[in-house]
Amino acid sequence: MTAGSERNHATPLVELKAVSKHFVRSRDLASRFARLARRDRGAVIVRAVEEVDLAIGEGESVGLVGESGCGKSTLGRLAAGLLPPSAGERLWRGENCAAQGRDSARQLKTQMVFDDPDAALNPLLRVLDLVGEAPVAHRIIASRQQIEYVGLQLNRVGVDPTLMRRFAHQFSRGQRTRIGIARALAVKPEFLVCDEPVAALDVSTQAQILNLITDLRAALDLTYLFISRDLRVVRHMSDRVAIMYLGRVVESGPTAEIFASPNHPYTQALLAAAGSLEPKKRAFVPVKGEIPSPAAPPAGCAFHPRCPYVMPRCRQARPSLDPISPGRWSACYLNVADG
Amino acid sequence: MARDETPFRRTRAAFFGGPSAVFGVVLLAMILVCALAVPLVSPQNPFTQPQPEVLEARLPPASPANGGGTFWLGTDDQGRDLVWAIAYALRTSLEVGVSSTLIALAIGLALGIGAAYLGGRSERVLMGIAGLQLSFPAFLIALSLLALLGRGLGSVIAALVVAQWAGYAHAARDMARTELGKEYIEAARCLALSPARLWWGHLVPNCLPALGVAAVIQVAVAIALEATLSFLGLGVSTGEPSLGVLIAGGYHDLPSGAYWVSFFPGVALVLTIVSINLVANRLRIVLAPRLQR
Amino acid sequence: MTEPLLQVEGLCAHFFTPAGVLKAVDDVSFTLDRGEVLGLVGESGSGKSTTGFSIMGLVDPPGRVVGGRILFAGRDLCALSALEMRPLRGNRMAMIFEDPMRTLNPVLRIDTQVIETVLAHEAIPRVAALGRAREALAKVGVPETRLKAYPHELSGGTRQRVAIAISLLNAPDLIIADEPTRRLDVTVQGQIVYELQQLAAEAGTALIWITDDLSVIAGLCDRVCVMYAGRVVEQGRTEDVLRAPGHPYTRALIDAVPGSASSGDKLKQIPGTTPSRIDLSPGCAFRPRCPYATSECAQNPQMRPHGAAGQSLRCFHPLPAPE
Repeated sequence: MTAGSERNHATPLVELKAVSKHFVRSRDLASRFARLARRDRGAVIVRAVEEVDLAIGEGESVGLVGESGCGKSTLGRLAAGLLPPSAGERLWRGENCAAQGRDSARQLKTQMVFDDPDAALNPLLRVLDLVGEAPVAHRIIASRQQIEYVGLQLNRVGVDPTLMRRFAHQFSRGQRTRIGIARALAVKPEFLVCDEPVAALDVSTQAQILNLITDLRAALDLTYLFISRDLRVVRHMSDRVAIMYLGRVVESGPTAEIFASPNHPYTQALLAAAGSLEPKKRAFVPVKGEIPSPAAPPAGCAFHPRCPYVMPRCRQARPSLDPISPGRWSACYLNVADG
Repeated sequence: MARDETPFRRTRAAFFGGPSAVFGVVLLAMILVCALAVPLVSPQNPFTQPQPEVLEARLPPASPANGGGTFWLGTDDQGRDLVWAIAYALRTSLEVGVSSTLIALAIGLALGIGAAYLGGRSERVLMGIAGLQLSFPAFLIALSLLALLGRGLGSVIAALVVAQWAGYAHAARDMARTELGKEYIEAARCLALSPARLWWGHLVPNCLPALGVAAVIQVAVAIALEATLSFLGLGVSTGEPSLGVLIAGGYHDLPSGAYWVSFFPGVALVLTIVSINLVANRLRIVLAPRLQR
Repeated sequence: MTEPLLQVEGLCAHFFTPAGVLKAVDDVSFTLDRGEVLGLVGESGSGKSTTGFSIMGLVDPPGRVVGGRILFAGRDLCALSALEMRPLRGNRMAMIFEDPMRTLNPVLRIDTQVIETVLAHEAIPRVAALGRAREALAKVGVPETRLKAYPHELSGGTRQRVAIAISLLNAPDLIIADEPTRRLDVTVQGQIVYELQQLAAEAGTALIWITDDLSVIAGLCDRVCVMYAGRVVEQGRTEDVLRAPGHPYTRALIDAVPGSASSGDKLKQIPGTTPSRIDLSPGCAFRPRCPYATSECAQNPQMRPHGAAGQSLRCFHPLPAPE
């Protein structure tokens, strides 16, 4: 069952079916010798994403939340088609992408906005080329139209077009984030994966960029996958949200509902920790423990070592992601009636 | 307000901020001009004289020459005017240094970046070979190759290329790996840019600055290597100009007091290497904050 | 009434760069009582971190404290030499950094590091120091199994905990925490804020928490100073400042946080960007971005009392209190 797909029975724009992504740390010569001497711990497989279903309908904004090691960045890149899944498939408008092979026209329909404004722009290119390179290379525009076209793109994201001959380092972080957005929009995508685009920005710049993204969604009829560690940002930006922990989705559903009544204990912990502007001293006791390494996940439910409601069966087998109400899913034994 | 602050202009401005850099560049420029202009101004290449003027051998500095004029730096054991001999020898040094470095850099870049880009087994094999070679001293490698190839300018360049490519390959691989992990490369993939464009427009230009610095230093190393090999009689062939040959020629004369035969070529060698090092050092400092990104 | 632990009066710290004099901290004043928790909130470039460094005497060239007084338990820290500062730093006052690796030595095991810190300020036998180290680390929740680990083997949260343990070792009177949870996950952040609050309350340590996150301030601090472009623009008790902010910047900061009371479909954004502190135009630094600015704001406003007890503002047009 895919999260939220019965909301619109039309084919979702992007769909990930039971995708997993594993990274194997390759052995170097030394560890091969260690293996021979039987002092090896075995190959290290990092299960960044494990059996995730995600369907994003056209025009939707879906949020992806989790902390480090939860796999949201990897899932974002799987959704963007930048990484091939180790298992499962990615569908674009219902058709399997891998089966079709590389298709640059289809690739351009999905673009990413990245989190690090410093590393996301080639430091040796002028903004004119940063934004204009791909449209010209893919013949979306003729090369003589580049200046005019880039000017339009920059204008749309709030960067002064007269600055297009400058280099990335001459702009502030907020402006660099805008340029990154302009670069993505210049190839006329339909689907935008935003990987923590405002994490490195100040609160006031953050507000500007979030407003920009909201405006663009309406103006250009875009579909979003919005990834963030900050729950409050996700709440503001997305219609539906999926919460990830150690490579799996543990809860998903409409944003407003989840924030009003979170079901999974991890979601509750995240919400409690996110804090509010209510001026009072923290009275709550935060969830204990730390996130385990994705290379060595706990047995059973991955959250059980930290869960305040842990039961014996949580240690034995992993709970499946089940619907708890129309449009809402949660993976927790607390929802399952004792049989 | 920046006029047009290209990365190049920015680097250039920062570069000339240090007095050592200015000194190094001036010195280097003088040496370059000297070496390049020599054929235009010298009476004759002293190394191609048909027979050595034995009568004029080992004359001290500022001695008069038979055909008029003065041997300002003296003459060497073959009667060559040291001024012109050193100038021609510098040409060889620079030619060997620059060409071997450029060729080794090109090979190393191609293999190193290619290895990082391909990843997996290809990367491991290539880096294994490079690593194996790096475990031998460059001098030994050059020496062994010259034993096979025989002496001569071409052989020296070839030997130095083989001795140096591995270092560049390794450095290029590391740089390429770092750059490949950066988001702008992911963005280029996302934008479905062709591999060629990704390479030449994004990957290679961003790997160049660090390697450029290494290459400049390596020019000095290559020059020193060539001089050493020629000093030992294993580098350039007889009759080809080289600072090493000149120094070797005067080596035995040091105890007897004819210091100038080895001394002045030695000074020329040191000045060349020092000026290159000053420039390279300054370049490294200037580019360092960018390299750390 | 006991005298305050820390009194900062008119602190000025400037950076002398080739491009000009950067006024990182410009006329900053506040007081801190024993056991109190004070928040210094501002965005990047507000001077909050430099203020913290100035108090600790850690401002590096090309920066310098150029004016004002920092009275710590009666002594003016600005007047002390580096030698005189050493017995204070790490002993009576300690600092926790955003990156715990600024405190930790990557080549030493963490129990060794804690022992070294103990021995640096007290001449006790090594065995006793080891006992203190164990205790300190247990208090911050570092499990026994990790005592012999190197910093790079620990998670970010645990590293920060070790840094906190080191700072608490000699029971200092003051701890300055410079965005210590910024790089950490939300749940770990919650833990550390909570733990530090408990530990400080237990030991009676005063805390200055430097951050750009208003929600941390709300949940942790008794009083707050809002900084902008190197100046304190508003200060007062946390509940007063958050419920009835007087300065337009404070109001804007509160509104810009997603999920706060007044957000609807779009966030209220502050137009423009933080000004360069190298040539600050005279007058109120917030003027170019302030919706209420008038010609009066071309003069430099001073801190004046406003509203509830202890609240003060640097503004000619304070916002009216909400009904």
